[in-house]
Amino acid sequence: MSQARHAGSATMREALHAEWTKLRTTPGTIWLLIGVIALTVALSVAAAAAATCSSAGCGQDPAKVSLTGILLGQAVVVILAVLAIGGEYSTGMIRTTFAAMPRRTTVLAAKAAILTGLVLTAGTIAVFASVLAGRLILPGHGFIPAHGYPLLSLGDGPVLRAAAGSVLYLALIALLSLGAATAVRDSAAAIGAVLGLLYLFPIIAAVVTNPHWQRHLDQIGPMSAGLAIQATTGLRSLPLSPWAGLGVLAAWAAAALVAGGLLLRLRDA
Amino acid sequence: MTTGTITPYRSDVRAGRDGFGQLLRAEWTKFRTVRGWVIGMIAAAVVTVLLGLFAASGIGASCNGHACSVAVGPGGGAVTDSFYFVHRTLNGDGSITVRVTSLTGGATSDNPGGGGTAAQPWSKAGIIIKQGTGQGSAYAAMLVTGSHGVRMQYNYTGDTAGPAGAVSAASPRWLRLTRSGDTLTGYESANGRTWTRVGTVGLAGLSPAVQAGLFVSSPPYARVTSQHLFGSSGVTNGPTTATAVFDHVSTHGIGPGGAWRGQQLGGDTDLVQGGGYHQADGRFTVSGSGDIAPLVAGPATLGVTVEHVLAGAFAGLIVVVVVGAMFISAEYRRGMIRTTVTASPRRGRILVAKAIVIGAAAFVAALAAAATVVPLGEGMVRRNGNVVYPVAPLTEVRVVAGTAALIAVAAVLALAIGAILRRSAAAVTAVIVVIVLPYILARLAVLPVGAAQWLLRITPAAGFAIQQSLPQYPQVSNAYTPLNGYYPLAPWAGFAVLCGYAALALGLAIYLVRRRDA
Repeated sequence: MSQARHAGSATMREALHAEWTKLRTTPGTIWLLIGVIALTVALSVAAAAAATCSSAGCGQDPAKVSLTGILLGQAVVVILAVLAIGGEYSTGMIRTTFAAMPRRTTVLAAKAAILTGLVLTAGTIAVFASVLAGRLILPGHGFIPAHGYPLLSLGDGPVLRAAAGSVLYLALIALLSLGAATAVRDSAAAIGAVLGLLYLFPIIAAVVTNPHWQRHLDQIGPMSAGLAIQATTGLRSLPLSPWAGLGVLAAWAAAALVAGGLLLRLRDA
Repeated sequence: MTTGTITPYRSDVRAGRDGFGQLLRAEWTKFRTVRGWVIGMIAAAVVTVLLGLFAASGIGASCNGHACSVAVGPGGGAVTDSFYFVHRTLNGDGSITVRVTSLTGGATSDNPGGGGTAAQPWSKAGIIIKQGTGQGSAYAAMLVTGSHGVRMQYNYTGDTAGPAGAVSAASPRWLRLTRSGDTLTGYESANGRTWTRVGTVGLAGLSPAVQAGLFVSSPPYARVTSQHLFGSSGVTNGPTTATAVFDHVSTHGIGPGGAWRGQQLGGDTDLVQGGGYHQADGRFTVSGSGDIAPLVAGPATLGVTVEHVLAGAFAGLIVVVVVGAMFISAEYRRGMIRTTVTASPRRGRILVAKAIVIGAAAFVAALAAAATVVPLGEGMVRRNGNVVYPVAPLTEVRVVAGTAALIAVAAVLALAIGAILRRSAAAVTAVIVVIVLPYILARLAVLPVGAAQWLLRITPAAGFAIQQSLPQYPQVSNAYTPLNGYYPLAPWAGFAVLCGYAALALGLAIYLVRRRDA
């Protein structure tokens, strides 16, 4: 009797512990986290090294340039998040998981929590290193106070918002991917769906010339809206404000998680 | 001890044939009997069409208030044929000779006070013999330019360079154009006595009566004013004008009624300003605007290229990559690979058979989609009030079939990466990221132009060059950047880069599959 009550009352903590153990002992996890950091920093450094600002008013956004790597790092975050549940489906582990923990939404919530923690940690390192690289490289490429660009610093409000927002962006991408993978139950298909969702909106928006359509596509696309958080210059020309943009991505992530959670409850494992 | 030989046991059953055809059939059967993969290929075609039509319907009207048409040159491509023409009718063989003493720029809306300044680099002034005053008709011209010296140009795309240097009163330039049958020959001279031939061209089917005379053109300017989140940018553009002074004008072979007539050709857009001319004491002062050249896509031109309606191919590509990676990773996941290699121990051939099956399936699906979406999408774009740049039929075939081939090669690349990694998740991500992300970084102006062009040279995204329908012309100034749809590599060269990656990956996959335990 007491044993049964114990099993019922402490599930969330146990679920967290179980998910942490699973994710920690999966051989790929650590490499994927290292991949998030390495690829984000590598592309950010390359973008900063390629950027030039020859005169005042060159229309560049130094914070955005030095955070370009997020575009690549997010792809690794997608793999990590999709495999967190897709891996269980492909090996059949999911049946063991649900046999041990019949409350499926608790399992999903625990996975989401562990994943968010891991991505926030890796993302913070990646973003910090990217901003540091931008701070060191960009002044050599014309991003100097004479051209209207003070040294990139996290003490500056908009830069801090861009940096912290980029970390949150990665975490939301992870949650979106987890939700999609839960709904689709196949890693490859889920990754295709998430990357398609991220990359197709800006590609279509670039083809469409009708300014209203373009604006709406930029407002609803999870990547184009979410990355508005990185803008520190020309805020008035953005299709939507930085935090509203991150909010759009959060809505996509919430929708994916809710859809995944509902399907998880309704379907056989 | 017995010394007789022992015959080893041989089965009476005839050995099954182990031909490559059998292997292909086996792989085709595997592909066709997995419902998800067949649905995936159909879905790839459907999303390509739907997304392409969606994009086409969102291309807003660009030719409001203007005649919605594009001139087509003798070569079948889109051309711009607007300039100020002072002309007479030339019957049969003859020639025209002039001296150009100045070419200067006029005021523009970009530079309102700037009369009498330097001409645009590709402002043109000179003599021309043209089939007629109809848009897109054949011609040959000898001309001086703002900063590209003397040229002989013909039929919009032809361009032969003569001596460099700008014209001025101190260093005028003599130009001569002679017609003999279908052959036109251009000469230039610094003093009017010693002539140098610049070029000879044949204009097939030139009628006996043609228009010959003086012309001036000056192409519109365009300036990018603001750069947006993902490439959408603000652009200002407008017409420019140029003014040239001609003297020592002499013509041979002019028929009856040969008075000079001034006329603005083309130019029913606000990127061309009407010109005029003034004749006194044998001096002609001609001002003109517009350009006589092939059309290029850029901020100063209105119009939609064929590849715009193929934007949905990205969605198709992503779906096909997923199927391609699964086609091999599913064998590893289910253990089927052990059965496969037992049945056909020559493992390299298994991968080749798989590549052929998945490549062919993807090609057929993508070709059907591209061939459907191009006519439908173009019709939609036209009905919305846009010009679709006409291209030669072979170019259109290259764009459509090339898009299908691009998707097929992406499927093979996904298969190869899937065989190398043996995991679909990493393979799908890797292939989508190496093909689509460089395109986004380069085409959508995330990176500066130089870096963007390098990305489109060395990454698999170079393959999208096969979709570029309008070629790049050195004699037309334009921002030939990835943002405007111009790739740094020629169409087939770019496609070869993608094929190179796929071949390399397939080679590595064959090597690994033979070396590793299944």
